[in-house]
Amino acid sequence: MNVKHDLVESVVAGKRLPLARLLTLVENNAPEGRAALDQLFAHTGRAHLIGVTGSPGSGKSSLVNQIALALRNPTNGKPARSVAIVAVDPTSPFTGGAVLGDRVRMRDLAGDPGIFIRSMASRGALGGLARATTGVVQALDAAGFDIVLVETVGAGQAEVDIARLAHTTLVIEAPGMGDDIQAIKAGILEIADILVINKADHPGVDSTVRALRAMLELGHPTHPHSFTGSTAPLWIPPVLQTIATQSEGINELVEAIDRHAAYLHTTGAWQARDRSRLQAELEQLVQVELNNNWRASVPPELFQETLAQVETRQISPYQAAKQLTLPLPELHPGC
Amino acid sequence: MTERKIRVLIAKPGLDGHDRGAKVIARALRDAGMEIIYTGLRQTPEMIAEAALQEDVDAIGISILSGAHMVLVPRILDLLRANGQEGVCVFVGGIIPENDVPSLINAGVAQVYGPGTPTTQVVEDITRAVLQQAQV
Repeated sequence: MNVKHDLVESVVAGKRLPLARLLTLVENNAPEGRAALDQLFAHTGRAHLIGVTGSPGSGKSSLVNQIALALRNPTNGKPARSVAIVAVDPTSPFTGGAVLGDRVRMRDLAGDPGIFIRSMASRGALGGLARATTGVVQALDAAGFDIVLVETVGAGQAEVDIARLAHTTLVIEAPGMGDDIQAIKAGILEIADILVINKADHPGVDSTVRALRAMLELGHPTHPHSFTGSTAPLWIPPVLQTIATQSEGINELVEAIDRHAAYLHTTGAWQARDRSRLQAELEQLVQVELNNNWRASVPPELFQETLAQVETRQISPYQAAKQLTLPLPELHPGC
Repeated sequence: MTERKIRVLIAKPGLDGHDRGAKVIARALRDAGMEIIYTGLRQTPEMIAEAALQEDVDAIGISILSGAHMVLVPRILDLLRANGQEGVCVFVGGIIPENDVPSLINAGVAQVYGPGTPTTQVVEDITRAVLQQAQV
């Protein structure tokens, strides 16, 4: 299809309207969007994917705004990096509608061609993201953005999908959570690569920092990262303080993000996370294709070989899913 | 399975700080199952056109109470055309004198809504306009 080819070329060339239209096709799970993603997948795997999660009202959007500003205007002589932002807000379970208001906090980013902001409704998915967020992030990655910031819906304990999607997960908290912090700390310890106490000018910040540090020291030495399975040296999540509305603590936060990226690269955890993310995505797509019987019938070796092809970017996860859902005689030619 | 939603940008251009009407419309459209992107107060036409492009919206609702509609609205329409988004349905709400309505419609606005417009009418108009546009 020529149309698809044009779409793919325009997106890779960094054209913004075709990119925006592709994101809609992906979001709507349209066949055209999936076909374009298949072709674009070879261009993915370059962006640093950063997840931003935390409870509602902790200041996620304001921090995303500040992080993006700092990446666009670096003070340490580094080159400015291009930033795509995916901001997810909840869909009403009753009407299917949504009000997406994260852009309100991001007005400082207007007019910058190195920034692209896309709001997404969760469309019924639990876990803090929308079902199509993975595809949207792949499209933005293929479009050449250096950094893709993904802001989840306001999250509590169970919304940990972001940790599978992102290379680096920031968990944002506000001080004064009191006993609530006890309830959420297990989730925090499992998915945070960097803990940020925003609104650090509010009372109670010292005790919040102390409580989080104490829990991290208890929890981390014995538990490797749950989502990577890596045996590399442990990353102990730093606990940082910011005041997003006054741009305070932002440079330190961006430095911590870069330090985490360097850690991932030097330890091989970057590839491990990429691999585990692709595996998760592939498995999910395969589930959509087939019912549970598939699990009993497909040879595990075939699955692993297919995954290896995806990892080397020879085929996209969707193409792999198609291969693995062929009728049984074609899967086992020798039978 | 393809799942299409109508996406609408609700925009407040210029210097007036009253967004009650914008929020009422946003809420009504949400309750009609649409996805509403709200950008906040005091947006320039450039900011609105940029948001419309990045969000690939089907429609834009512009809320103006300041009296600057004859400058701001045509500017937004020009920017949309320049970006290749002439197909986006634009409607205007707020305090718009009767005499200005024909020239706004001429400039490319689909509908102008004054105080007292039932939200159901806005929902119906947008749904119809977006579905028509999709068939073009």
